[in-house]
Amino acid sequence: MEPTLEFEKPIAEIEEMIAKLKKLSEDKKGDFSNQIKELEKECVEHKERIYANLTPWQIVQIARHPKRPVLEDYLSLICDEFIELHGDRRFADDQALIGGFATLDSRRVMLIGHNKGKSVDENIKRNFGQARPDGYRKALRLMKLAEKFRLPVITLIDTQGAYPGRDGEERGQHEAIARNLTEMARLEVPVVACVIGEGGSGGAIGIGVGDVILMLQNAIYSVISPEGCAAILWRDAAKAPEAADALKLTAQSLHELGICDEIIPEPAGGAHHNHSETVENIKNTLVKYVDKLSRLSGSKLVQKRFEKYSKIGMFAD
Amino acid sequence: MGWFTKSKQDKRVIKDEIWTRCESCKAHIFKEDWTNNLSVCPRCNFHGRITAYERIGQILDSGSFKEINQSITPSDPLEFSDAKGSYAEKVKASRKKAGLNESVITGTGQIKEIPVVVAVMDFRFLGGSLGSGTGEKILRAANTAYSQRLPYIVFSASGGARMHEGVLSLMQMAKTCAGIARLDKRGLPYFSVLTHPTTGGVSASYAMVGDINISEPGALIGFAGRRVIEQTIKQKLPENFQTAEYLVEKGFIDCIVQRKDMKNTLAALLAYYQSKR
Repeated sequence: MEPTLEFEKPIAEIEEMIAKLKKLSEDKKGDFSNQIKELEKECVEHKERIYANLTPWQIVQIARHPKRPVLEDYLSLICDEFIELHGDRRFADDQALIGGFATLDSRRVMLIGHNKGKSVDENIKRNFGQARPDGYRKALRLMKLAEKFRLPVITLIDTQGAYPGRDGEERGQHEAIARNLTEMARLEVPVVACVIGEGGSGGAIGIGVGDVILMLQNAIYSVISPEGCAAILWRDAAKAPEAADALKLTAQSLHELGICDEIIPEPAGGAHHNHSETVENIKNTLVKYVDKLSRLSGSKLVQKRFEKYSKIGMFAD
Repeated sequence: MGWFTKSKQDKRVIKDEIWTRCESCKAHIFKEDWTNNLSVCPRCNFHGRITAYERIGQILDSGSFKEINQSITPSDPLEFSDAKGSYAEKVKASRKKAGLNESVITGTGQIKEIPVVVAVMDFRFLGGSLGSGTGEKILRAANTAYSQRLPYIVFSASGGARMHEGVLSLMQMAKTCAGIARLDKRGLPYFSVLTHPTTGGVSASYAMVGDINISEPGALIGFAGRRVIEQTIKQKLPENFQTAEYLVEKGFIDCIVQRKDMKNTLAALLAYYQSKR
């Protein structure tokens, strides 16, 4: 049974009833076609009402949904091939953040992304997609490799944040992220950054300096987690829904703020309801931008990227 | 009001005018001694926080500082409000309290007659947080260094990115680093001085990518907060964790410089860069 989000319960209940009636019909216990039709209509209405009015906090739940497609799904569903490259050549191979040579609709790209797992075991090995400095340094190594081979870089962002552990601090989590921001600013190949789930703070932007920033419809991108923000500014982590609202972290908000260049649609209720539809959407959009950006020279890309980031921010003068 | 309450209050005021309490060793120091010692504790050498203008006074040749982009100040792009009130009100209070428009002061000046561009953060303004205005000023100052071919020195003092501006403040990390990256193209020196405290999004952007990273004794420098780390790993951290000394040991800081020696050190480094052999 799929985990159901609180606000989806009315839908799940109706769907369960429909399934039961269908089972009865199949078992020839009577004709329930009228009831089924009625319930299906009701279900569609519920979906339209609920999914059209999602609050930011509900979107956070969707972005973190355990059944939401993760990097691994995209690698198998959008890439014709993927050759993973391992290690930062400094300390370790961080499985929370991986990358390698990929082929996407016959285009060769360097694909890098946070690697959330689907099971507990996977998540332990991949540290829930929370990378250490080694992950960011591996990502940079791969980006420099992409530059050498003139490969566009695609980064798929999905992390709660960079791992806040002792070893990360000791090996310079700050330096690793700062270095990536600086080097990505002058990388002479196209960089397409796409938030597929959670865009958590420094851990997200550490691979996120793109010529374009794309977001899946129910992805979030924030300077701090709603829980963290609530704990600091409301002194109560339970106020996370309020913080989620205040932080303007949805794709829609980021688009309005001029940070997200394009929102990639998801099926009603979120990507976890229909993986293949999401995958198709994301693939087409990534390819579109890779093609568009590949027409620009390296120096032009760097110049335009500098101009893009120079313009981000709102202040009074 | 009773006469006793009043007299108590007066005493308090007098006491505050005369004494400063060291944040680290808790000793009471004569304010005059504290100030004459550049806000460094004469007992334990704790380097206390100073304002951006005090820092500028200590580093730049007297009268050489010309401020740029002084009028940049936060707008409230998200119309952010939390339990304690609106961001707009906090900005207003901070502007009044600190007498500043943003958490960083930028401009040009000279260090022992060597022209430089400086950006100096001030912790009093919203905890020195990195907002849109801060990022803009740090970038513009970098651009001034780039176009006038001058060395760039940034003094950081910050709790990190400013939550009240949401992802706009996060993006300032990339924006400032893009400005720093350009300096390399022209071979311009970029020195980062990480003062107490430099944490979060500021440590993870421009503060950590100096050609030379310098700090002051005992400064707190870290990415994640101590409490968050302890909760994550369920262990106590060593006493010196995330201090400047710890970062030197781990290889992220070139040198720790006493405040009284900072100007001479920077001047020596600048002169070294400039000498043509």
